[in-house]
Amino acid sequence: MKKLLLAAAFAASFTSVANAADYVIDTQGAHAFIQFKVSHLGYSWLHGRFNTFSGDFSYDSANLAAAKIKLDIDTKSVDSNHAERDKHLRSGDFLNVDKHPKASFVSTKVVPGADGKFDLVGNFTLNGVTKEVTIAATKTGEGKDPWGGYRAGFHGTTSIKLSDFAIKNILGPASETVYLDLVVEGVRK
Amino acid sequence: MTTKTQHYHPLHIALHWLMALMIPALFGVGLWMTGLDYYSSWYKTAPDLHKSFGILLALLLLFRLVAIRLFGKPAASGAGVLQKAAVVAHALMYGLLVAIMLSGYLISTADNRGIPVFGLFEVPGFGEFFPDQADIAGAAHLYLAWTLIALVVLHAGAALKHHFVDKDNTLTRMLGRRNAAASSPDNPEI
Repeated sequence: MKKLLLAAAFAASFTSVANAADYVIDTQGAHAFIQFKVSHLGYSWLHGRFNTFSGDFSYDSANLAAAKIKLDIDTKSVDSNHAERDKHLRSGDFLNVDKHPKASFVSTKVVPGADGKFDLVGNFTLNGVTKEVTIAATKTGEGKDPWGGYRAGFHGTTSIKLSDFAIKNILGPASETVYLDLVVEGVRK
Repeated sequence: MTTKTQHYHPLHIALHWLMALMIPALFGVGLWMTGLDYYSSWYKTAPDLHKSFGILLALLLLFRLVAIRLFGKPAASGAGVLQKAAVVAHALMYGLLVAIMLSGYLISTADNRGIPVFGLFEVPGFGEFFPDQADIAGAAHLYLAWTLIALVVLHAGAALKHHFVDKDNTLTRMLGRRNAAASSPDNPEI
């Protein structure tokens, strides 16, 4: 019975993958954003982003649960609009980019919810530490673009704790949690 | 070439000692401030002052180079290899100062921001001239500063050696003393 279920699941995933379209994240046209915000002293927000990343996803509107995404982030490209702060963010105090030049997210499962919302579960690797995170995501839209291509866009948010990724929080207790905001637009391959 | 002279101009002497105070202070503050806790009351103030005094030092260096141009300076004391080493060391210290100032400037201005000087005026920034500018300039700033300080120690040691071992006027002429010794041993060089 178990074997049969497994076989069925395998077959199902195989067919869904076969049906799903593959998309490349439009970093070329910069229609994708990996942004973060973190509390400043508990009084305000600091926003920043990663400028260089790449990735692709497969997605089929008929079988959301089979969607997959993989994202590679160049940690050196951290940009908080302040050269001195970015230098500090790249240092061993935070992102340790010399040792860990890449961060990544690889989805492991998708849990469809109501109103087109879904939970995107996956392994997030940052500062050499891999932890499971759940991204609360929604599809923003999909369709033909005016230039002969086909696009699908998603928006997701999640939060991570600095200590979970072996980053010592030197900014104060309010800054322990970093909120991530992901805007992903893919062009169908 | 600089004019043949046996003494330093008082302006040069003043600048020398002012810089002798500021350079080690800037070095110490630079090392200390980069390790400050985010909630230290100096976390913001110390870098602001470091940069302001750094710009001031650049102006003093400029005055000093102008002073040398206008009034000349005595040739380095000593003879042979050591005398040549002194000439090289002096040139290196000037060169390192310029390089350290430049690298410091390149850290802070990599994002087009200017450098406020004591809240009085701002040195404009011109952004990134090369990739990873802030990081590369930052590493250069640190290592060049250590090199300069090593030379400064050598320089101070050499001055004391001239004073106490060679018993010549190398140190006293930088203190503004124009005694007999100042004009007697003519330097073989130049």
